[in-house]
Amino acid sequence: MWVSQFVDWLVNNYRGVFQAIKWPIEQTLNGLDHGLNAAHPIIVIVLVVIAAWRFSGIGLAIFTAISMVFIGLLGMWADTMTTLAMVLSSVLFCCLAGIPLGILAARSNRFDSVLRPILDAMQTTPAFVYLVPIVMLFSVGNVAGVLATIVFAMPPIIRLTNLGIRQVYPELVEAAKAFGATEWQVLVRVQVPLAMPTILAGLNQTIMMALSMVVIAALIGAGGLGSPVIRGLNTLDIGLAVVGGIGIVLIAMVLDRITQSMAQRKK
Amino acid sequence: MEKIVVKKLFKIFGDEPEKALKLLEQGHDKDSIHEKTGMTVGVNNASFSIESGEIFVVMGLSGSGKSTIVRMLNRLIDPTAGRVVVDGKDVTAMKKDELVNFRLHNMSMVFQSFALMPHMSVVDNAAFGLQLAKVDKDKRRERAIEALAQVGLEAWADSYPGELSGGMQQRVGLARGLAVDPDILLMDEAFSALDPLIRTEMQDELVKLQEKDQRTIVFISHDMDEALRIGDRIAIMEGGRVVQVGTPEDILQNPVDDYVRAFFRGVDPTNVISAGDIVRDTYPTIIKTKSGSMMAAHEILSGSDRNHAYVVDGQRHFLGMVTSEGLKEAIESGKSDKPIDQAFIKDVIPVKMDDSMQDILPSVASRSFPVPVVDENNVYKGVVSKNRFLRTLHRTEVHRAEEAEALEARQAESA
Repeated sequence: MWVSQFVDWLVNNYRGVFQAIKWPIEQTLNGLDHGLNAAHPIIVIVLVVIAAWRFSGIGLAIFTAISMVFIGLLGMWADTMTTLAMVLSSVLFCCLAGIPLGILAARSNRFDSVLRPILDAMQTTPAFVYLVPIVMLFSVGNVAGVLATIVFAMPPIIRLTNLGIRQVYPELVEAAKAFGATEWQVLVRVQVPLAMPTILAGLNQTIMMALSMVVIAALIGAGGLGSPVIRGLNTLDIGLAVVGGIGIVLIAMVLDRITQSMAQRKK
Repeated sequence: MEKIVVKKLFKIFGDEPEKALKLLEQGHDKDSIHEKTGMTVGVNNASFSIESGEIFVVMGLSGSGKSTIVRMLNRLIDPTAGRVVVDGKDVTAMKKDELVNFRLHNMSMVFQSFALMPHMSVVDNAAFGLQLAKVDKDKRRERAIEALAQVGLEAWADSYPGELSGGMQQRVGLARGLAVDPDILLMDEAFSALDPLIRTEMQDELVKLQEKDQRTIVFISHDMDEALRIGDRIAIMEGGRVVQVGTPEDILQNPVDDYVRAFFRGVDPTNVISAGDIVRDTYPTIIKTKSGSMMAAHEILSGSDRNHAYVVDGQRHFLGMVTSEGLKEAIESGKSDKPIDQAFIKDVIPVKMDDSMQDILPSVASRSFPVPVVDENNVYKGVVSKNRFLRTLHRTEVHRAEEAEALEARQAESA
């Protein structure tokens, strides 16, 4: 098939490019992974609970504390930290690339219409379809998992940044220009601050999508909570799979609530 | 001194503005161009100039082009053709940096929808223009608070726009415009979204602020009463064209066509005509000398067919009013060698030449004597009697009724 020939050709000739893409992701990922795993669990729990408390309230703080202790008791701590590292790395790169792309799409109708079908493809194509090329280009492991996650999870933040900025009242943009704002000042002082609630909603969705890739990432050798799920399914050890699944769900709930509260407060 | 000059300004909204320009040259109007090409003529060959320090009101109904034309003064909208020259500089030819700089320092704008940044506090909103100009934090807070004080809102500096009423929000908008201390203030229907009571207050405040600072103000409005209250000169627009430019009195007395005339049909003349327009020096004036004035005054009054006389000093400053009755009483009670002040009728307060008929109505209505009129130096100019007041009203009514009849007759003919 010509697709596999094309991929072969890419691998052979552009190894350097792909290594260059791989490097920052690898560094971030490994840094976070080792950091989270090396740190004493109590410290991590305390930090996350404080975050929950600050953004949401005592209710979520308690739920977070209980969930994380429970995860530890189930023996899922190391995997959870790896998953957290993977999610945070993917989301970081999603934002670094996604928010500027969203801003560009908000400013140019043409760019928007070019970008839209690409985003549609990224969101609807079954992950398996791009998992294989990714593995071929970047080899198995956590990094490939993060890359696949980035592809899948980036569209929400792009779309919602685009939407948020387009929805800022035109009169406010006009007023800023009337007082002598440059394009940059309009963006930074008016559009982005006012689009923040929508952008944070995009962040929330991106995090959720990233978490949903956890199990699929495990298929290509990524670690984290997906790993027990896959192993459990392969060996018909349902208990193991369920335990992994519970871990994923608990982390999802905590991260969802925290980021949702961040968005609410901005309003 | 001409501050802003608009030369042959055009704005066409659409894909092929040149085509519409050609059609305009051939004599088509807004409606036929829209039919033929689907494009909208926003402004059609506008030319006028605005003097430094005046309040220039641009008036018209919706769709007349007034909002478009004011946005071409600071190029929020780019003209299709023509030039805008401010202080000798061609705004239409400015490059982006120059334009940004121009807007930072020379002009500011107040909007109908207030357009306050909801995520910034009141004082930060007022300081917005200064922040964009990179004025340092303390200095700009200081100037913003000064501006807020000018509109009476300094106590609300750290509140947020969402906590303020409409009138207060618009005052913040005004403070924002004033904080940058611009030469030129553009106000786009700035008071149209306020309720009538607040609107009149804001108009008065604007005029008061203008007395202090003499900025050039371009004020867009669709409200004739507003234009007449605050405008030094008025430009009337219709369908993108400038139909007439002049002072309120000019336009009232010499409307250039039926459209302008129709504008004034609902207008209350007592707001436009002032005491100075109807004052008449028809009553005896008595100059107060050092002695014996009472007897002399009595003589003069008896000789005339009037009951009231107005006493002035050597420079014709107004001092008071006497009546034949009052004088007679004073003389009979032995005060004839006292100064004439002793015979003055109490509570005779003169009105000013600039006061409108509306302003002097209470005085004229409640006094049984003709109300004296003085200028700003208290120099006596004459009186306004009840009769005079009523006759002026009647004449205006008759005049307007005659015009309305004539207009109807003409419309019937052309139908």
